[in-house]
Amino acid sequence: MGGERLKIILSLTPPLLIIITLFFGGIFYGFLQSLGYQPAIGKYELNFSAYYNVMFSERYAKLFWSGLALNLWVSFASTFLAAVFALFGALAIRKTFIGKTLCNFIYSLNLPMPHLVVAVGMIFVFSQSGLLARLAAQIGMISSPGDFPVLVKDKYGFGIILAYIWKEAAFFFIILMSVLQSLGENFEELAQSLGANRWQRFRYVILPLVMPNLFSASIIVFAFSFGAYEVPALLGVIYPQMLPVMAFEFFLNPDLNARSEGMALSIIIALIVMILVVFYFWLTQAKIRKD
Amino acid sequence: MNNNLKRINIYSIYLGALILILPLIAFFINAFSFRWFYPQIIPKELSLQAWVRLKLIPKPGQRTFEGFLDLWASNPTVIKALVNSLTIGILVTIVSIIIALPAARVLGLLNFRFKKLIIFIMVSPTILPPIAFVLGLNINFISIGFSGSFFGVCLVHLVPIMPYVVLTMTGIFANYNPDFEHQARTLGANKTTTFFQITLPAIAPGMVVAALFAFLVSWSQYLLTFLIGAGKVMTLPLLVFSTASSGNPALTAAISIIFIFPAILILVFTSKFVSGQSGATSGFGKI
Repeated sequence: MGGERLKIILSLTPPLLIIITLFFGGIFYGFLQSLGYQPAIGKYELNFSAYYNVMFSERYAKLFWSGLALNLWVSFASTFLAAVFALFGALAIRKTFIGKTLCNFIYSLNLPMPHLVVAVGMIFVFSQSGLLARLAAQIGMISSPGDFPVLVKDKYGFGIILAYIWKEAAFFFIILMSVLQSLGENFEELAQSLGANRWQRFRYVILPLVMPNLFSASIIVFAFSFGAYEVPALLGVIYPQMLPVMAFEFFLNPDLNARSEGMALSIIIALIVMILVVFYFWLTQAKIRKD
Repeated sequence: MNNNLKRINIYSIYLGALILILPLIAFFINAFSFRWFYPQIIPKELSLQAWVRLKLIPKPGQRTFEGFLDLWASNPTVIKALVNSLTIGILVTIVSIIIALPAARVLGLLNFRFKKLIIFIMVSPTILPPIAFVLGLNINFISIGFSGSFFGVCLVHLVPIMPYVVLTMTGIFANYNPDFEHQARTLGANKTTTFFQITLPAIAPGMVVAALFAFLVSWSQYLLTFLIGAGKVMTLPLLVFSTASSGNPALTAAISIIFIFPAILILVFTSKFVSGQSGATSGFGKI
């Protein structure tokens, strides 16, 4: 038995060591720095002033709260819309038709695509001289690039949301397709024979069956879009600015005091994501207990 | 009526597919056109200028086999970044698979105390945003001299990849029957032979998919490389980002096409394996 225990310990140590030293070590050191611990400039005392500065000081409060609002709006909107589009796509594509394999491939195409490239693609398609603006000009809907609505690098985060929808809809799509495949059509046929119409079959048969998977995928997408840097950095504006971009810019600021504030911001982002995930687990556990 | 509905259904699928590939179409037009002025949809002239400027294709007149070799041997930025990205991706993938194999086996086949806690620790990097750990780690890496080094970048890429590979392979081992190994051992095979003849063939299909997607996670990494590489380790995502920020669409499009090529290749190769059930897909949220 002792041999088995040793085997378990030896097998698990290397990956745990990597994650604990690099990941948790990084978070811990970032947390220390956010409390003002900066040996490089001779600061050793710990306090919460960086957190206070970021959230309530006159200089940053407006930037922070508008950024937080933008973060929540972008993450909720893109997660919800990507899930809805993927659900309709997956339901529609189940039937047999000409070009099904190709459509399936195109719908999954953005899955392995790096976020960075999707963001660049949004600039090419949705900017005021992009592909859609050119199309609109050709059919006479607009007369100059300025007439086309500002959809990327806009203050409402539309460009960022579009990029996340593009990318994450493929993720939802793959997950939904596999769930629907494993369910087969028996449930629906049964419901149909009992007289359920299209909407009823969707609302009372399909939706409850795919909901658990859809919900856990939503958590992954929400957490990702809440803390990711590349897409808002390329498609965002200076004000309001999403929190990860703000944290990163504070961090790169030559003023070393701003560094603590950048760290504080990144810890706040992580905390919000963590609270959300814990809430999700609590919700699912509560549901399991209830059932 | 029902037939009409079906037709609308199919047309909307086609329309969705067309909308989805618009960015890809825009990439190709931008990369292969010259002076693609505003209201035009189809560019007036096709051109390889962007590729010539990136030193990937020689100037007209020098487009012979030697011309290409000479140009690439001069080590242009894109080639350098491509080689870096490939080397880091392959190295990190191999290392993570080797480290993950024994751990995944233990997690998939055995039950023991603290197993849930260990899985929780392993999962956390896939949920919490990279910016939360990399800012602190950056300062630590500067003080121990890993910052700005190839080694440091490889090390930090292990953080998003390790959990993904361990979890995917744990799933593979959970459906694996170790009895065949016992039989091979009773028949006289040694440990090495048993591994290569029995274990490896059984886990190989899942492992290859895990490895390919682990590679893609490393391949798409921007923030970690930028901060830990400190400007000294240039990879393709860094090049795409800086070119896109400087605003030259033709150059950005050309580099992007190189950047997405492996992604599309891997999707073609694995499309029959890719399903939400395999567990391999859960890592995609991170790419």
